[in-house]
Amino acid sequence: PEHLKEPLVYMRKAQGSWEKRILKSLNSMCTELSIPLARKRPVGEQKELLNKWNEMGTDEPDLSLFRPVYAPKDFLEVLINLRNPNYENGDSLSFRTHLGLIQVPLKVKDIPELKEFFVELGLTTGQLGIDDSTQVPPELFENEHVRIGQKVLAEQDSAAAQQYIRQGSPTALRAELWALILNISSQPEELLYYEQLKTNVIQHDLLVDSLIYKDVKLTASNDDYYFVFEDYLYQVLLCFSRDTSVLGHFAYNSASPPKSYIRGKLGLEEYAVFYPPNGVIPFHGFSMYVAPLCFLYHEPSKLYQIFREMYVRFFFRLHSISSHPSGIVSLCLLFETLLQTYLPQLFYHLREIGAQPLRISFKWMVRAFSGYLATDQLLLLWDRILGYNSLEILAVLAAAVFAFRAVNLMEVTSLAAAEAVLADLSTLKVMPLLQIFLFATVT
Amino acid sequence: FYWMSVQTIRNVFSVETGYRLSDDQIVNHFPNHYELTRKDLMVKNIKRYRKELEKEGSPLAEKDENGKYLYLDFVPVTYMLPADYNLFVEEFRKSPSSTWIMKPCGKAQGKGIFLINKLSQIKKWSRDSKTSSFVTQSTKEAYVISLYINNPLLIGGRKFDLRLYVLVSTYRPLRCYMYKLGFCRFCTVKYTPSTSELDNMFVHLTNVAIQKHGEDYNHIHGGKWTVSNLRLYLESTRGKEVTSKLFDEIHWIIVQSLKAVAPVMNNDKHCFECYGYDIIIDDKLKPWLIEVNASPSLTSSTANDRILKYNLINDTLNIAVPNGEIPDCKWNKSPPKEVLGNYEILYDEELAQGDGADRELRSRQGQSQGPKGGRSRDSGRTVLTTW
Repeated sequence: PEHLKEPLVYMRKAQGSWEKRILKSLNSMCTELSIPLARKRPVGEQKELLNKWNEMGTDEPDLSLFRPVYAPKDFLEVLINLRNPNYENGDSLSFRTHLGLIQVPLKVKDIPELKEFFVELGLTTGQLGIDDSTQVPPELFENEHVRIGQKVLAEQDSAAAQQYIRQGSPTALRAELWALILNISSQPEELLYYEQLKTNVIQHDLLVDSLIYKDVKLTASNDDYYFVFEDYLYQVLLCFSRDTSVLGHFAYNSASPPKSYIRGKLGLEEYAVFYPPNGVIPFHGFSMYVAPLCFLYHEPSKLYQIFREMYVRFFFRLHSISSHPSGIVSLCLLFETLLQTYLPQLFYHLREIGAQPLRISFKWMVRAFSGYLATDQLLLLWDRILGYNSLEILAVLAAAVFAFRAVNLMEVTSLAAAEAVLADLSTLKVMPLLQIFLFATVT
Repeated sequence: FYWMSVQTIRNVFSVETGYRLSDDQIVNHFPNHYELTRKDLMVKNIKRYRKELEKEGSPLAEKDENGKYLYLDFVPVTYMLPADYNLFVEEFRKSPSSTWIMKPCGKAQGKGIFLINKLSQIKKWSRDSKTSSFVTQSTKEAYVISLYINNPLLIGGRKFDLRLYVLVSTYRPLRCYMYKLGFCRFCTVKYTPSTSELDNMFVHLTNVAIQKHGEDYNHIHGGKWTVSNLRLYLESTRGKEVTSKLFDEIHWIIVQSLKAVAPVMNNDKHCFECYGYDIIIDDKLKPWLIEVNASPSLTSSTANDRILKYNLINDTLNIAVPNGEIPDCKWNKSPPKEVLGNYEILYDEELAQGDGADRELRSRQGQSQGPKGGRSRDSGRTVLTTW
């Protein structure tokens, strides 16, 4: 039922046309390059791929003609043009006018509401990412926190784990805690399922495979932290595109899987198939959702399961148009509202010089900050995503980053200069930033 | 102040030139640093050190049921060629399927290194020793042969080694500092112990000088990881205790190697030295000392690298020559904590002795976790090692 995916009609329509655009782009690339969307591999090729399964990174197929189907900034343009046809904005400016790029009236939390929602991040509660730093003796917080974590794991209590992880996870316990919260078990059926997917990869070649290759080569392979895991990324993403169980998440995703038709049977429903089989067309930067997980799981099928679950719980919301509070539209609006309400001078200044803040922060949020933060900080951030079961923290962090660099940003006079000030986030410590922004700034 | 190359050092300190350093001149090498930095001498000194400890009955030299040192087994079994050829053959025959690595004593950057798994591959070194035992071998042809660690810890399927920087300001009393920002060097090609790839240096040798000629070499990250990445990865996938133990062991072997050469080092007060330690971790998380470099590469292969090396030199000089003043070699070589920069005190003999010598032995013995691992945390806990 459509309304379970997305209650607002205009959002559904927008998502629908966005999907049409993507599919059109994919199909035209396919026609241009005369490559089929899918083909069965000849036996020789299958054998070769099987041998190379652990080092697909060394394969250097010619990817120069492939382009990513879309990049985050293309998606941003679509979101900027979203309008609710039933909403009368009026031409007159008032205090309630939203000066940002997003112009749809969705409800977002303000700081008092965020403080309540994120109460465990408050100044009086211990946090990993702050209270485990070297100046703080571990007896004050860290040791006890680790002990509780071990207890939670021993009891295999998923709900308790989710509550616990709001204060951050000790590095040694993180892999298990995430698995517990995401309800990932190490059942033999799961391993078999993964092997089955692997066989699918060996037997059939999909056009999206080349897109995945290209994406990995453009992003993760050049990343200081993740280049080591390049081969794992192929092993996960190629299987992911063939995993039809992922189709299940479209029941609550505003998006719908793209359909394609067997050659020659265009329009005939009996010959429609979902393409790719999992219904998810990767975009530029998609592989960065998987990369940080490689620091936690080195067994491919476990890594795969964790990623799949993270995707169908959280990541899909970052690239589909919906009114959900954790959807990217709401996150953008939340970010802009926070900035406009609590840092009005900065917001106004940036707007004046043609540097709308969302243009810079959008890519951070779409990637859940992967590739922008140092890995240990990123993992602390993702701890809280799991703990609060919400992506809103991404918007709050984005605003906090702007607040942190406000002094420098006030001095810039162009979008390029603003980008430069915010180009390198690798030294940031996320928890202090969040805490200060939410709990220690005078509002 | 004069930053010298090893060549110049040899000239300055050689008996013939009779060059004397005045009090305000400090140089960046010890005169006989090769006791530590030449592969054969390093092994010789460590073997000698172990035997001495054994003779004294020191608990550090304790051995297990197989005759292996419990705490001092950190260098792979090594022999000098051609001198120890016969001893080597005996050892080789005990495990004929093993692989050994041949390294020329005096070269660097991976030059001249190759792997063997058959005696026939090193016949050259036997013929010489048999037929011409009276001919002095020129040092250039001397090789060491070590048991190859064919089970290195792999990450992402690739072999890597650790490059750590250690600054020594004096050997007696031993005062050394470890640079917190070491790095891992990854091979660009997947590791395989298969014999067909023994010749492929891209699989086995991690030197950047070699790897950068590989097809897949990437200039953005240069195949390098920070030690903190390594730590995060190991803690996340293996657990905190074993990771802390690993890093403690790494610090231990560095200090032991320095202690081993301390008695033979010319502890000239005009000298300090920054070494590049190469360490390999095997898949049982045991660290092995591969070699020590006296002139670690100070060129950079990536942008991050440049920043690291810049800071390294900066911090090194801050410790060696305090306050940017004209150096006086008579100073007591105890820099204040603030100038350490990214260095942490690895071992300070004076301070350690102040705590009582037997604390060192006691704490080393009782543990499998080692002293509080806080020292190796990259965020800068400067807790002195307790041994």
